[in-house]
Amino acid sequence: MIESVQQTATPLLSIRDLFMRFEKRRSLSDTLAGRPRQVVSALNGVNLDVMPAETLGIVGESGCGKSTLARCIAGLNWPTSGDIRFEGESVIDLKGARRRGYNKRVQMMFQDPYTSLNPRMTVRDTLREAITVHRMREGAGIDRRVDELLDLVRLPDGAADKYPHEFSGGQRQRIGIARALSLEPTCLVADELVSALDVSVQAQVVNLLLELQDNLGLTVLFVAHDLRLVRHVSHRVAVIYLGAIVEVGPSEALFSKPMHPYSQALLAAAPSLDPTARRRAPALSGELPSPLDIPPGCPFHIRCPHAAELCRRAKPALRPVGNGMAACHFAEAIGGA
Amino acid sequence: MNQLEKETVLDVRRLRTEFGLAERPLVAVDGVSFQVKAGEILGLVGESGSGKSITLRSILGIVRPRGRVLGEIFWKGRDLVPLDEGALRRVRGREIAMIFQEPMSSLNPLLTVGLQISENLAAHTDLDGKARKARAIELLDMVGIPAARNRLGDYPHEFSGGMRQRVMIAIALASNPQLLLADEPTTALDVTIQDQILRLIQALSRDLGMAVILVTHDMGVVAETCDRVAVMYGGRLCETGPTADVIGDARHPYSLGLLRSIPRDVPPRTPLYSIPGAPPSLNALPAGCAFTARCPVAGPECRDVRPGLAATGQLRQVACHHREEALAHFSVREAAQ
Repeated sequence: MIESVQQTATPLLSIRDLFMRFEKRRSLSDTLAGRPRQVVSALNGVNLDVMPAETLGIVGESGCGKSTLARCIAGLNWPTSGDIRFEGESVIDLKGARRRGYNKRVQMMFQDPYTSLNPRMTVRDTLREAITVHRMREGAGIDRRVDELLDLVRLPDGAADKYPHEFSGGQRQRIGIARALSLEPTCLVADELVSALDVSVQAQVVNLLLELQDNLGLTVLFVAHDLRLVRHVSHRVAVIYLGAIVEVGPSEALFSKPMHPYSQALLAAAPSLDPTARRRAPALSGELPSPLDIPPGCPFHIRCPHAAELCRRAKPALRPVGNGMAACHFAEAIGGA
Repeated sequence: MNQLEKETVLDVRRLRTEFGLAERPLVAVDGVSFQVKAGEILGLVGESGSGKSITLRSILGIVRPRGRVLGEIFWKGRDLVPLDEGALRRVRGREIAMIFQEPMSSLNPLLTVGLQISENLAAHTDLDGKARKARAIELLDMVGIPAARNRLGDYPHEFSGGMRQRVMIAIALASNPQLLLADEPTTALDVTIQDQILRLIQALSRDLGMAVILVTHDMGVVAETCDRVAVMYGGRLCETGPTADVIGDARHPYSLGLLRSIPRDVPPRTPLYSIPGAPPSLNALPAGCAFTARCPVAGPECRDVRPGLAATGQLRQVACHHREEALAHFSVREAAQ
């Protein structure tokens, strides 16, 4: 279904050559010695299209840039270079009312239910603030909307006048979802929405998200490290390594037949529920190189079991392979396409 | 295979750990009994607040003085519960070692890694300075730290998260313990690094004949690592048995629900099974089964009569009044899917 959409529809979000660099502060001794400032390259040329009403899963190891990407899209980080287009219009240089207009349509939900809500504001205050700042409703309409939102995320009656500490982790995430929905966004960015929750509660929040998405026609960027969950909720999945997309494709295809050696290793490392599928050797040796010092050529060649001379020299571009795209010189041979 | 012939090293009987006032205690662990054999990896699974970490800490007496430990903990035939601090200290770290979830906060940031390992060697062995250094290098080598000789003088902040956890394991192994207590050792790590650490623990247990109790909330980790598993809920054991049996054929409604809520073999984007409600708080546990409020097959007696852990097979134990109903309830769901 999504493939056919892809060819006809224009993407809702289109990200081109996105770079995000954070400069480290120089220590006194470094300044005196004249050593250059160290730069953390969190994003290294991300190219990604997000289709309307799809769920795009984003996976990768910690430090690979998946949260930075989410924050750039939500307008919380200012990319160093590159372009983000929303419905065909660049949002990088938006100012004033048009900036607020974009911010309203792309809403973020955060990982930690304990720190992302103001402990001194009741749920009603939290939701009212969002609604009044963006002038979504007036007068008595505000409180009606608050009740409507709480109903939408299935919080019990009377929840509106309670404080965050009176709720469980799962309920707090529902409040976070209600806050995001209060601005009637087109696109939700969920950064590790359920990672902090107990397994038995995760399913409740995921079910709610799926249902809301279908009812409201939302586009969802689902950033998470739980691969099983990403596979379940996503139409398409993007795998990030060291700030660049190494593979993107339809969820089922990517999980059943990953093309990039990194995707293969990541999937193999995730614990399976099948006790007979045990391995003695780890799926991937070594660790993620520091984003202060990204290796030349293919960024994965240091850990890659298939690395050849070419990989050390030339950085592979993201190109169509099989059902999706992969950034590997030998994707066809390795993925068995 | 020859699990049955191996000797039982740890025998925990009716362990009860409580906190707070004696008149109105908070019972974190209630009537927990289990055994661990030499060379065996036992998984202790449960959600946050289920008492799994407190069970582990009770074994070493590190919940005292605030917590009160009752029951019997036989370590190689000797009961650890009545021992005073001095006697316990001779067991702790020497015969039974422990590793924690947060390697950064469990290592001393002001001491080099080499010093922290030899500190443990000095406390528990008769080696002299030179031999201690050699042994420290050997240990770091064993846990897979590259160029171990050059890293003895490094501080914890110079290691990555996965490497710090390896250092923690090296410190724990310094005294050749016969039992390793691992409290969520990989929860803070990425799947690829988690995979490396779990394979290491498995190899050490196999090669050194070390018994391991692995506390985790991830059924996948259990499936890939543990020989036997004990499922905890509300401070009590609800099901124990060989890993493959429990995961493939769970019998307690909580384990059944927990396994069902993990997305596997379900069509993408369909609602996941979710256990209704939230985990109980310790001061509101019913006199009967702790799972009553969330259980789909609970009867009138469940609230008041506590089900005992009863044998259902050669190596299986389940604590439930309604085993047949539970199985029928969940197999109907299965057929419907």
